[in-house]
Amino acid sequence: MTQISAQPSDQHGAHGSHGHGGHDDHGHSQYPFLAHHFATPAQQFDSGKLGMWLFLATEVLFFGALFVAYAVLRARSPEVFSFASHYLDTMLGGLNTCVLILSSLTMALGVYFAQRGKKTALVVCLWLTMAGAAGFLVIKYFEYEHKIHANLVWGPRFYIPPADAAGSEEAILLSKAPEPPPAAVPVPASAAAPAVPMIGALPAADASAIAPASVGPSGLKMAAVDPALATPSVPPGTESESLHLEDASMPPGVHQFFAIYYAMTGLHGVHVVVGMIVIGWLIIRASRGEFTSNYYTPVDLGGLYWHIVDLVWIFLFPLFYLIH
Amino acid sequence: MTTIGIRDPHTLAPAAEDNYITHTKGFLSWIVTLDHKRIGVMYMVAVLLSFLLGGIFALLLRTELLTPGRTFVDADTYNQFFTLHGAIMVFLVIIPSIPAALGNFVLPIMLGAKDVAFPRLNLFSFYLWLLGAGCTLLSLAMGGFDTGWTFYTPYSTTTTTGGVIPVIVGVFILGFSSIFTGMNFIVTIHALRPKGMTWFRMPLFLWALYSTAIIQVLATPVLAITLGLLVVERVLNVGIFNPSMGGDPVLYQHFFWFYSHPAVYIMIVPAMGIVSELIAVHAHRHIFGYRFIAFSSIAIAMFSFLVWGHHMFTSGQSALMNTIFSAISFSVAIPSAVKVFNWLATLYKGSISLNTPMLYALSFLVLFTIGGLTGLHLATLSTDVHLHDTYFVVAHFHYVMMGSALIAMIGGLHHWWPKMTGRMYNEKLGMIACTIVFIGFNLTFFTQFMLGSHGMPRRYYDYQPEFQIYHVISTIGSYIMAFGFLMTAGYLIQSLISGAKAPANPWGGRSLEWQCASPPPHDNFKEQPRVGDCYDFSIVRWDESQKGYVVDRSLDPELDEGAPQTAKA
Amino acid sequence: MAHNAHTTAGHGSHDGHPLVGHLVPISTLVSTALALLVLTVITVAVRYIDVGEFNIWIAIGIAVVKATLVALFFMHLRWDRPFNLLVFVGCIAFVVLMMVFCIMDTSQYRKDMYTGNPSAAQETLEKYAPGAPVARFKSNG
Repeated sequence: MTQISAQPSDQHGAHGSHGHGGHDDHGHSQYPFLAHHFATPAQQFDSGKLGMWLFLATEVLFFGALFVAYAVLRARSPEVFSFASHYLDTMLGGLNTCVLILSSLTMALGVYFAQRGKKTALVVCLWLTMAGAAGFLVIKYFEYEHKIHANLVWGPRFYIPPADAAGSEEAILLSKAPEPPPAAVPVPASAAAPAVPMIGALPAADASAIAPASVGPSGLKMAAVDPALATPSVPPGTESESLHLEDASMPPGVHQFFAIYYAMTGLHGVHVVVGMIVIGWLIIRASRGEFTSNYYTPVDLGGLYWHIVDLVWIFLFPLFYLIH
Repeated sequence: MTTIGIRDPHTLAPAAEDNYITHTKGFLSWIVTLDHKRIGVMYMVAVLLSFLLGGIFALLLRTELLTPGRTFVDADTYNQFFTLHGAIMVFLVIIPSIPAALGNFVLPIMLGAKDVAFPRLNLFSFYLWLLGAGCTLLSLAMGGFDTGWTFYTPYSTTTTTGGVIPVIVGVFILGFSSIFTGMNFIVTIHALRPKGMTWFRMPLFLWALYSTAIIQVLATPVLAITLGLLVVERVLNVGIFNPSMGGDPVLYQHFFWFYSHPAVYIMIVPAMGIVSELIAVHAHRHIFGYRFIAFSSIAIAMFSFLVWGHHMFTSGQSALMNTIFSAISFSVAIPSAVKVFNWLATLYKGSISLNTPMLYALSFLVLFTIGGLTGLHLATLSTDVHLHDTYFVVAHFHYVMMGSALIAMIGGLHHWWPKMTGRMYNEKLGMIACTIVFIGFNLTFFTQFMLGSHGMPRRYYDYQPEFQIYHVISTIGSYIMAFGFLMTAGYLIQSLISGAKAPANPWGGRSLEWQCASPPPHDNFKEQPRVGDCYDFSIVRWDESQKGYVVDRSLDPELDEGAPQTAKA
Repeated sequence: MAHNAHTTAGHGSHDGHPLVGHLVPISTLVSTALALLVLTVITVAVRYIDVGEFNIWIAIGIAVVKATLVALFFMHLRWDRPFNLLVFVGCIAFVVLMMVFCIMDTSQYRKDMYTGNPSAAQETLEKYAPGAPVARFKSNG
């Protein structure tokens, strides 16, 4: 975020000798990293920090709204959340928590070594942090992949029996970057449960988009209550990749849990990816030796960002994995 | 965080002619500039062009409403007209108009700083604005959108108009542009105040921009995530807001108004800051109740987060919350009234120069009082159930958003026009245009109060014939107003070409921006200016040789600390 | 230029301290991480002890402690300018405000909504939308 500015070399002549840098009002020649509109490195550092904290405040509110959505949905149907939480792998979630905590540690150590001007140690720490981020995403990928295969997803797809291969295929498709809404989505004839219309996908001109909306939830409820309706192609008792549809105790509306689960962990995952880009940029600059004990602000600010990613996960983990 | 490889101002003795416009030349030097003044000017041009576009849509929809039933377009096109008018005016015009355009130009100079804290971020936020505006225009090409500017779900996730996703993405991006501007201002005010510029010596416009920035930073991310969820909902059918899937559409409204009510104060608080400046400077009198005005800005910023539910009285929000939100909404009237009374007290026994900026400030006082007081009608729960979603609401928020925020913005534009361009505009034309706008505005929107209280719902294409007379008057008013604005544009452009050269301080202002040349030099001040009480006009005197006012230090009883002693005007 | 940079580097780090900011010793950072890991184990373990409704509050409480540790030590908030702490605490306060108001609202009308109980859903439908959907719902069920 900062570049070393080229200063005219006659600065020394203009200002004579310098006192201790931190108290010098005209330290621009002494501190090549100092921007022209700042008087001292301390002022520049404090500005950067405050700016970053304000940005983190926006991140907190950004995630905060999703936490509010979580709280509202959960307050409405706590039984859904404790039921659906069973489908999340606590061990993988806990492992990810540890990975993120350790990567936060290496990031904090990186800031320490940057402050001490230890270039090699800084680069090593940044690489370790990067590895932690990558590890987190790999573990997350396995979690997602397993769930999507088992139709543990948001929306009406949740109620498609996993044995229905076509349904699973579509669920996977759905999880990928989508096309613009198609003209009409064929509702699989075999699946009685997804009588819920794909509201978002249907043109409003299609009368069915309006009328069935009111029966939608009842359709979902039927799927839950009546196993025969819910899993027409899988007789009760048949071994299936995912058992959620055959669980008679399943409360209706579990798809909402997965909606908020994917929304929150997905947004968090995006932040991890952004964090990796930031760390990569820091690694490049650190390898070039651009950071000294006088000037390490980008490392510090990148670190703050990485810690907030960790901090969000610290809350996501118990709220999703530990509530049954 | 950011620096630029710019020549050091100390070694580069600027020629007398050197200012931020002539500092570097060429188109490229503008589009990669990190100078807050140039960014402010670019914002201003972009915002005024959007204002023109939004205004055209306003005239189109007013024209359509001349007669019941079809006048010249069909209902779907009309829906798109009012949606575009609202979205453009809110997200592209009013929200960035004062902070990003005027604020960017004025804030660092008023503060005595060389630039904002993060010049690169500042430029980046301008390009985000352009990108967001581009997305909004793209949505027009992709079939427009008819959701209203509020994007209420489930309609916004089911409507077939093709431009919904581009415009939502556009507003998302515009939100980040606004966040970055706010962050920049907060850090600038915290970190870049020069010696002697204490919090309570800051001009009130800076207090207003600071309060606005708090709202921008705290509220806008919620809008961003809400719109993000809306896109996901529309594309992936997630259903968090979809009642047919067990979702909660009222939750969407909570989210939306958690941002959009504070956003109303993003629009009005900086306008109040401008009016504080206009009234003090053009009445040549020390602002009355400085601390009250300053703290009332902060108070409004805080209250703004507690009242969002008054937009949802009829949405299915629970009776308990309706009551709470109604009660808190009334309390916003307190800091607002504090400001109005202080402005009136400042005017009292002032030596008022009745020029264009002052005329706009007085218009603001009238229009804001009407807009604010009708807000109390709407905050009253039982009245609101009757008035909700009628033209009464439309009139109310136009009095506040247009009659107050935009009028103050145009007043501020006239106030700082000589500083920005170095040219004076035609004062007589300015006053005539202001009067025309004032008359046209009241014709347009006061009529709508009556229309609304008689029960005409907002956003309707068709209406009962007995409403027609009001609609006709309202439409004629809007034409008059448009004429006034075109006239303003005319004489402002004329002043760019052939206006008289502006002195450094044409109005007799005392704050720092009037103590540097017009237009300001690249780094704002050739030498660090001395900071004093920016509303103490006793040491401001007319200097015939400059055809303008000067701040005469020899009249200053107490020397301000911390500044070089060479600063003598 | 290079000469300048060199001297200032010497300036800042001669006593092992950076020119700006606060140096947090490695031992503090490592013990913070250890505490976080221990708390993670505890929070997973507590899950298996059933104390009903309190489980979630215990989990959230531990998460708050962990978050505080991260903010104070990893993010240097303990030694940072107080205003930065205010920014952080303030923004969390606004999230809490939003959450409290939204929950207060939905808890009022949730009994009128589908609660996942088919018969209640049916009742609601009959009450607010008498007609086809209910009939179809009934005939199917």
